[in-house]
Amino acid sequence: MRVHIDWTACDGRGLCAELLPELLSEDDWGFPVARGDMTVPPALEPAARQAVDRCPALALKLITSDPARASS
Amino acid sequence: MTDALWYFARGSGVISLVLLSVVVALGIGARSGRTAFGLPRFTVNLVHRNAALLAVVFLIGHVVSLLFDPYAQLRLFDLVVPFAGNYRPVWQGLGTLAFDLLLAIVITSLLRHRLGARTWRVVHWLAYLCWPIALMHGLGNGSDNGTVWLWTISALCTALVLAAVAWRLSPSFTRFPQRADRKINPALQEVR
Amino acid sequence: MTSVAEAPPGSSVQLRLLAGTPGTRLDAHLSQHGRMPVTDTAQVIGMARDAGLTGRGGAGFPLWRKLSAVAASGRPPIVIANGAEGEPASGKDKTLLSYAPNLVLDGLQLIAYGAKSAVLYVPAASHPGLRSLLDQRRSAGLDRVPVQLVAAPDAFVSGEESAVASAVAGRGAVPADKLIRITDSGPGGAPTLVQNVETLAHLAMIARYGAGWFRTAGTYDEPGTFLATIGGAVAAPGVVEAGYGVSLGDLLTAAGGATRRLSAVLVGGYHGGWVPADPGLPISRAALTPYGGSPGAGVVMALPTDACGLVETARIAGYLAGQTAGQCGPCINGLPRLADTLTDLAQRRARPGLPAEVERLARLVTGRGACRHPDGSARLIHSAMRAFEADVAAHLTGRCLSEENYR
Repeated sequence: MRVHIDWTACDGRGLCAELLPELLSEDDWGFPVARGDMTVPPALEPAARQAVDRCPALALKLITSDPARASS
Repeated sequence: MTDALWYFARGSGVISLVLLSVVVALGIGARSGRTAFGLPRFTVNLVHRNAALLAVVFLIGHVVSLLFDPYAQLRLFDLVVPFAGNYRPVWQGLGTLAFDLLLAIVITSLLRHRLGARTWRVVHWLAYLCWPIALMHGLGNGSDNGTVWLWTISALCTALVLAAVAWRLSPSFTRFPQRADRKINPALQEVR
Repeated sequence: MTSVAEAPPGSSVQLRLLAGTPGTRLDAHLSQHGRMPVTDTAQVIGMARDAGLTGRGGAGFPLWRKLSAVAASGRPPIVIANGAEGEPASGKDKTLLSYAPNLVLDGLQLIAYGAKSAVLYVPAASHPGLRSLLDQRRSAGLDRVPVQLVAAPDAFVSGEESAVASAVAGRGAVPADKLIRITDSGPGGAPTLVQNVETLAHLAMIARYGAGWFRTAGTYDEPGTFLATIGGAVAAPGVVEAGYGVSLGDLLTAAGGATRRLSAVLVGGYHGGWVPADPGLPISRAALTPYGGSPGAGVVMALPTDACGLVETARIAGYLAGQTAGQCGPCINGLPRLADTLTDLAQRRARPGLPAEVERLARLVTGRGACRHPDGSARLIHSAMRAFEADVAAHLTGRCLSEENYR
C-alpha cells in the first residue's frame, strides 16, 4: 500500500507530515516531501488512513498498486 | 417539568453559541496551518471537528426541548422553514436559519470525501454567515435578553471570533507568507 | 523553421515523412502514397508492435501498449492527434503539419477505428488551412471518422497528455493527476488516446509499407526515423529527418554544419540534457542515457564555445519557471527559486554552497507534480551542472570560460 499525493489538490497545510513523519517531511514552502517511495508499512496504516481522512484538501489517497505513469 | 425544559433549552442554546464561537476560531486556526497551544496541526483540526459535533449535540438538545416547550410552541416545520414561527417569528427564524446552515456545514463535512473538496469548501464558507445569525438569534430571541451574563458571554464570543477573523485577514496569517498562490496559468486557457 | 534538409550521401539522415511533394494537396498525397488499407484496431495494434513504433512527443512510450490499454476498456475512445508543440526550440510538428498533413490525418484515422470522436489538436493559426483539407478528405471518403479541430494554447505544458485531454474537454490545457489513467477514463469519462502528430504520420507509413520496411531505419531497439529540429550555432537551422542512432555530426551537417566551435549540445529540448559536442555520438535513447538525456521530441541545439552554457541554461530555467501550469505547490514555488539560484551562478554572484543549492532544489522538485514539468526542468539543470562543471568552478571565482574562449 502506498500514499499517493494529488499535487493539483495539495495545499501544503502540513497535517500529513505531522501524522506520517516516518514517510513525509516538509519542503521550504510547507508542501510534503516523500522520504522514500511512500510505501506504508503495516504499523503505519492507521496513521496513513487518518492522514487521508484529515487532509483539508483531500489530496491524499491510499493506493494498492502504482499506476504506470505513462505520458506522451 | 416544563420549567426544567425551558432552562435546558436556554442553557443548551448558550452552550451551542459558545462552542460555535470556539469552532469558528479553531477552524480559522486550522486553516493557518500553524500549531496552537502546543497542539499539533492535526489535533487543532480534530478539536475543531469534535467541538463542532458537540455543538450540534447541544443544538439538537436545544431544539428538541423547545419542541416540547408549551411557551415556545415550536413545530417540526419551524426547524426547517425560518420566519414562520408563532413566538417572535423573526428572532426565532434566525435560529432556524442558523440551525439549517449548521446542518448543511456538518453534513457536507462528514461527506466531504464523497462530495469533493470544492463543494465542501464552498458550503464551509457559510460558517461566516451561520455564526453571526446564531449570535443575533441568541441576543434577540432569548428570554435572557438584556441580562448581563448573556451580554457578557456574547461579547466574549464576538471578541474571540473577530480576533480570529482579523488574524485570518492579516499578512502574518499563514506559515509561509512567501509561498506563491496556486492559480491556473492564464496562458493555458487562452487560444491565440 | 520550415527548411527541410536533403540527405547527404552515406549518412543515416533520410527522408520518409518529409519525402515527396510538400503541401496539403490531396491528389499529390494519393499519387505518392495511395489510399490506406482498411484496418481494424487489432491490426493496427499488431503493426505498431511489429514496427516497434514509439511516441514521438518526447516520452517514447510504445504506441501499441496505449492502443491496447484503450482497447481493453471496451468503450469507444476519444482519439487525439497532438500537434501542440509548446516547446519553443521545436518546430518539427509544425513543419510536418505543413509538409505532410495528410500523413498525420491518415494516421489519426488508423487509431480512430471504432472511436467516439477524433480530434486534431493544433495551434489556432493552422486551423483555416487544415479545415479546408479536412473538408476535402471528408468528401473524398478518406476520413470515416469526422475530425474536429481544437486549438492548442501557445504554452509549454499545453501538449502534455492529460493537458491535451483536458483542453479537448473544454477545461483548459491543464495537466491532471495521474491516479486515473486517461486511457481508462479521460476528463469526460471516455477512454482517451493522445498521440503526437509525428507518431501518427509514421503509423500511416507503416500501414502502407509495412513494419519490416519501417525497421530498415533506426536501430534494433529504436526503429524508424524521427524528426529533429536543429538549432543554435548551425548554418541552416531547421527540421531534419533521420533514423535513430544517427550520429550527432550527421545531424549537424544536415543543418548546414556548425558555424563555430561547439562546447556542448542540448538534446531533447528544454526538458532534455546537455551532451558533449562529439560528432560520433549516436542520437538514441541508449547512447544518451548516460548523460541523463534522450532524443525526446528531437530537439538538438548547438552551443558554441563563446556562449556560456550556464547563462543559456539559466535563461531556459527562467522560461520553464514561467511556464508552470500553476497547480502544484512544489513546481510553482520550486522552479522560480531554482531558476533564480541558477541565475545567481550564471551571473557569477557567487556565494558558498551555491552549486549544492542548485542541485538540492533540482532534486527537491523532482517527482512532485501532476505532470513531468518539474522533473524535466530538474533533469536539464542536473545535466548542465555536470556538462558545465568547469564553467561552474570558473564562475565561483568570478571568471567565465566563454569570455576567455571569445578573446
